[in-house]
Amino acid sequence: MDLSVSRHAQNYDHIRNNPKFHQLAQSRSRLAWSLSAAVLGVYFLFMATVAFAPAWLHQPLAEGSPLSVGLPIGAAVILFSWLLTGWYVRCANTRFDALSAELVQESRQ
Amino acid sequence: MKRPNLATLTLGALALLPAAAFAGPAVAAAEKQPLNLHAIGMFLVFVLATLAITWWAARQTRSTSDFYTAGGGISGFQNGLAIAGDYMSAATLLGLSSLMFAKGYDGFVYTVAFFVGWPLITFLMAERLRNLGRYTFADIVSYRLDQTRIRTFAAFGSLTVVCCYLVVQMVGAGQLIKLLFGLDYPVAVMVVGALMLVYVIFGGMIATTWVQIIKAVLLLAGGTTLALLAMAEFGFSYSTLASRAVDTHAIGKAIMGPGSMLADPFNAASMSLGLVFGIAGLPHILMRFFTVPNAKEARKSVFFATGFIGFFFLVVATLGFAAIVIVGSDPQYFVGGDTKGALIGGGNMVAMHLAKAVGGNLFLGFLSAVAFATILAVVSGLALAGASAISHDLYATVLKKGKASEKDEMRVTRLATVGLGIVAILLGILFEKQNVAFLVGLTFGVAASTNFPVLIMAMYWKGLTTRGALCGGIAGLVSAMLLVILSPAVWVTVLGHAKAIFPYDHPALISMPLAFLVIVVVSKLDRSARAAREQAAFDDQFVRAQTGLGSAAALAH
Repeated sequence: MDLSVSRHAQNYDHIRNNPKFHQLAQSRSRLAWSLSAAVLGVYFLFMATVAFAPAWLHQPLAEGSPLSVGLPIGAAVILFSWLLTGWYVRCANTRFDALSAELVQESRQ
Repeated sequence: MKRPNLATLTLGALALLPAAAFAGPAVAAAEKQPLNLHAIGMFLVFVLATLAITWWAARQTRSTSDFYTAGGGISGFQNGLAIAGDYMSAATLLGLSSLMFAKGYDGFVYTVAFFVGWPLITFLMAERLRNLGRYTFADIVSYRLDQTRIRTFAAFGSLTVVCCYLVVQMVGAGQLIKLLFGLDYPVAVMVVGALMLVYVIFGGMIATTWVQIIKAVLLLAGGTTLALLAMAEFGFSYSTLASRAVDTHAIGKAIMGPGSMLADPFNAASMSLGLVFGIAGLPHILMRFFTVPNAKEARKSVFFATGFIGFFFLVVATLGFAAIVIVGSDPQYFVGGDTKGALIGGGNMVAMHLAKAVGGNLFLGFLSAVAFATILAVVSGLALAGASAISHDLYATVLKKGKASEKDEMRVTRLATVGLGIVAILLGILFEKQNVAFLVGLTFGVAASTNFPVLIMAMYWKGLTTRGALCGGIAGLVSAMLLVILSPAVWVTVLGHAKAIFPYDHPALISMPLAFLVIVVVSKLDRSARAAREQAAFDDQFVRAQTGLGSAAALAH
């Protein structure tokens, strides 16, 4: 590990001083943290409803339906957070990876 | 369901969830069943197939990198299945569906809670794990900190989690197999231990991953088929299912919304905290991120894993509700034919009874074989994670200062695997009659309060120093252990005191923040020259975390 660190030390310096690196790090962290906040926010909202307004989740989905509002909502929390996962992976695998490949390329010149 | 049952069931189901951990007394009380030939036959087919894979994998396993991480040659999709396999075990199938069967919607709330940790792992950890680590998560933690002390500590944290969890798995395996296959408990434990040793010693990570993938596919297929068969009884209408479930269940309409299970917010919060962040501190899950060639595949793998897990959870929720009608109204599945009494085989058998009801004995046999396969796959992953902590962290890096030859390291790994296997079998037999629920609390408590805080801070916080990581990690470890000892699961159940000093079974809500606090305070107070060096080294680590430059490359296979 130490060996590879020293071998790359110069490139690391080079990359760090590239303005594109800050752009990469910043946009990645902005996306990752806001998606985390979205998932946790939706989850805690759901849990708060469960704890403090259970009656709301109990109400029937439609007039006379045996299904409650709570069932699709629970499933939607799972689906929603999975879709956000997909979004992050898409952004990271295309936009961020392209930017980071560019950075590594430039540091070798 | 009466109240004491509820507590048992919740704890049991919790124990079951992330992997096949049959710790609940419900299963501990299981009686031996007559020999189940369908199940044994199908299990033998699985064993033969996996042994063939192990033989093939053994020929591919030449270097330590092959052994620990399958040479980094697993694709994102394959790894996604393997991660999902680690998480959705037979126990998820049995525990969650039973919870839904007994409590309706409350079980569903738990299902959601067990899911939300995964997106967070995707956003915050997956790519950094891959870019910074090589074989074990200690690689990342000790990246810029003191190799000897931090690695020793991280290896100790890994081994604590691995050993506790192995015992839980072994005891669960013995009980479940006794119940489903009609084998004697010690025989079951020894079969699991022996097969695990063969997979890991000869096939390393390649075999372990493929065993996990095959099992994940079987479990997904089995669960989905069961759900389809069950839904056919209701004309594939959730509406019909719901109205009949409400008619059948003792608490009627109450099953369609939140009930009494979240009555104690502290316990619920502590448990979900431990579970969500515990996953991110389980060495055998973290290890999976090193088996893919790069960060791109690592991200893809969590995306696939999350999709499979989410789908499976929704399937299991369907099973639980369907079982309320199909199993709950059929006296043949209840002790003494009393549908208000206990289920035959214990509270966790709901999905199995459902399988028999809609698919007959052959399908029950298939599902039993999948359950057995699941336990095998999980213990193999655990043994491999434990062995790599011993050989890569303790032997090769700490003891030999990174100068061990690959051959020696491989020999130590295999010896360590044998050692862990023997320990697991012996403890498994020793703990047969014990209630091992406390070990689950300990596993997740230690993972969430020791491994996770140190790991995430090493990845994200520049200010972290060796002293801070050690003190914080130890604070988390000691407080988690202490709180588990003072909890009802040990203080009352094991030690026989009347009342627990710490009234909750899960320590994470206290021990995890404590670990973070100590890490931050001690690191901030640390003004040594070493601390300054370690903090300065973060900048290079940050570039590597972002770009992957310098990370362990995949070998061509």
